Parts: sequence; structure tokens; C-alpha cells
Amino acid sequence: MLQENVSNVMEALQQVKDPEIDSISIIDLGMVEKVEVIGNSVLIELLPTFMGCPALDIIHKNVIDSVAKLNCFKEINVQFIYYPPWTSERVSDEGRLRLKEFGIAPPPKRITETGEWHVDCPYCNSTYTTIENIFGPTACRSILYCKSCKNPFEAMKPVSTLM
Amino acid sequence: MKMVDGKPMDITYQSALLSLLYQLADDDFILAYRGSEWLGLAPHIEEDVAFSSISQDTMGHAAMFYQLLSDLGEGDVNHLAHARPASVRKNAILLEMVNGPGHYLSKPRYDWAFAVVRNYFYVQAKKVRMESLKNSSYVPLANTALKVNMELYYHLLHWKTWFVQLMQAGEEARKRMEAAIIRVHADFEGVLSLGPWSKELATFKIIETEDILKSKWILSMKPVFDTVNLSMPDQFGMKSGDGRKGEHSKDLADALITLSEVYQVDPAASW
Repeated sequence: MLQENVSNVMEALQQVKDPEIDSISIIDLGMVEKVEVIGNSVLIELLPTFMGCPALDIIHKNVIDSVAKLNCFKEINVQFIYYPPWTSERVSDEGRLRLKEFGIAPPPKRITETGEWHVDCPYCNSTYTTIENIFGPTACRSILYCKSCKNPFEAMKPVSTLM
Repeated sequence: MKMVDGKPMDITYQSALLSLLYQLADDDFILAYRGSEWLGLAPHIEEDVAFSSISQDTMGHAAMFYQLLSDLGEGDVNHLAHARPASVRKNAILLEMVNGPGHYLSKPRYDWAFAVVRNYFYVQAKKVRMESLKNSSYVPLANTALKVNMELYYHLLHWKTWFVQLMQAGEEARKRMEAAIIRVHADFEGVLSLGPWSKELATFKIIETEDILKSKWILSMKPVFDTVNLSMPDQFGMKSGDGRKGEHSKDLADALITLSEVYQVDPAASW
């Protein structure tokens, strides 16, 4: 019964998208750390990607709305926690695919010891790309340019505890 | 009751911890505000994007530190950020100084060299602190430091790039940078200071001593200074006063009036 409830909640969370990248769910972004069902209440712990992200309040509200539709719980408690910290390695394979569809290169899987990183173009897959601006339109994105297909594009900024 | 190492928190421990948290929160809060005033005025459009993103991150860090204060019974986060008068703020005076003459709405004559030097030197000092705090005896602060530190990596890279490029550009750029460095050095001791509880902070292993942190700052800056042919001063100053003791300039009072204007209209409103 409880297990069933947890999977129902996970399904509801799968419907909650990043308000600024509406093809990817908060689960695939790696933001969901814990779902705990006790009796008729549920606790959902989320990891913010970047602390200053203004979408956090919207995500908080959307999670409550989506879980409330299940009509399973009297109490829905949604909390942002800082530990463990969110890192870009938490983005799932499905999430990486959805990002790319949206025109955002998924975060690089490997970062060198000096912190340098490289991503391929999400449109033409060329590796001939340059970073235009580490900082982009949202806290978690950088702006790049593909010298092959001449498209500007964005990449999800890698963050790691090694940095 | 808050616990440390499985024991209830000692009253002296708590006083020292609160003192540090106010410094961390107020430093980030006011510098993020100064950064936001640059929006639309940075040297080029990509810098506008970058600087506002950095300021947004920094404001997020301030929010985390205010949350830690709130968790310790210091009151509501919005109140801590917006409603406290200048006299109880603990930020370093260097961080509250205006960006330059004029106002962002009319005839801003902001000083980009000052922005680069102030931010670069500060972010490096913050980085040294966060590294130290990762081992803090107060675990919620250690966890917060780990999170903040990851975002700082990009901030540091950004300001270092500007610093080195402008210092190596020669002529007017070099002159303006050197003038900014003199100003920042004159008040940088105020940033490096850990305030009246610094001894206890080290004793309780909340953070390392001021001396250790300062030598780590010098150690990380020295190679960069060498690259751009700049000598490390023998000492830094606290020319404008000690913000850690609640001493502040008119710049802070003016900033608080502007930044809390909306909050003060209806302090009970939910955001």
C-alpha cells in the first residue's frame, strides 16, 4: 500500500517540469532526493540546482498541485534541502535526451582537473564548439556557439563537489 | 534545542556562530545588491548577463545564510534581509560602497575597475572561508558551504579573467585598476576580519583563525599578482571603519532605503 503510494507520487512528480525547460521533469533533473509516505501524509525533499534560482517557488507550488491531484494525502510537505548538494551528474539519461531535444547540450560527463569542460553541439553533434559566456539566461545554463552549423546554443552548466 | 556533536549548543558557541552567520549573510546580501545596480550598465551585453547571474547566485547564498540564522531563532528570513537597520548589519564597509558617482537611473558614472577588484578580491576571500567551513563543527553550515562553494568556482574564474586582462591591457586600464586596488586594499582588512568573536570561532572549530584564512588568501592571490606584475601589500587597512562592529557609511543607509522600499509597503505580504 505504502509502496504503491510512493510510486503514485513519483508519477505525479514526473509531471512537474522545469518551468524554464518544459521538456524535462524535476525527477530527470535529479532534483528529487526523497519521497516518504507516513500514513496519509507525504514528505518530498528536493535539491535546488542553483540557490538563487527564481523558479524554485514555482516548482514548490507545482509539486504540491500535482501531488494533491492524487487525492491520497491529507498533508503534503515539500522541502528544499541543501545536502547532499545537487550536481549536474544527477541529470538522468532520459533527462540528457530531453535537454538535447530542447536545444540545450546536456552537462559534460567529465570535467578535467583544472575545471575545463567541453560539450558537443546539440543540433549537429559537431565537437567544433566554443564557449561564448559561462553565464547564460538562467543560473544553470551557459551560452556556446557551434562553428560547424553556426548556431548559438546553450549547455547545462556542470557543477561538481570537486570544483 | 540545537545540538553540536550530540550535545546541546553552548551559549558562547551560539553567540560566536550567530556573529559569523550575520557577517556571511550581510556580506553577500549587500554585494549582490550592488551587483544588481550594474544591470544594463556593464561594459558589454555578455557581461550584463554574467554579472546579473553572479549577483543572483550571491543573493541565493545570502538567503541560505539568513535561513541558517532563522533556524537558530533569529526571526523571519525576509525580515533579516530587509528590515534590519544599518547599525546592526555586520557586512564589511568595502562591500556597501556605491559603485561610483551618480545613480543607476540617471547619469551613472560607475567604476568598472572598482567592481572587478572588489568582486575578485572578495570572492577569493569567500572561497577561502567556504573551504574552511566545509569542515565546520556546525554541520548545517558545513553543508551550506559545500553548496555555495560549487557555485563560487564560476564566479572566481569570471573575476580573475577580468582582473588579469585589464591589468595587462596597459595605459588607462592599468591606471584605473591600480587606483581601484589602492581603494580596495585600504578597506580589505574589514573583509578579512571575522569580527569580535573570531577567537571563539576558532576555538569551537566553527572556522579557522583569521590569520590562517588571510595567509590562504595571500597564497592564492600571490601567483596572480606576480603574473600581472603587482606586489602584495604588507598589510591591508580598515580605513572607513569596522563593519563587523556595526559601523557603516551613509552608502549603506541609502541602499537600505531603496532595497527595502517594496518590503516596507507591506511587511506581512507573502512573496
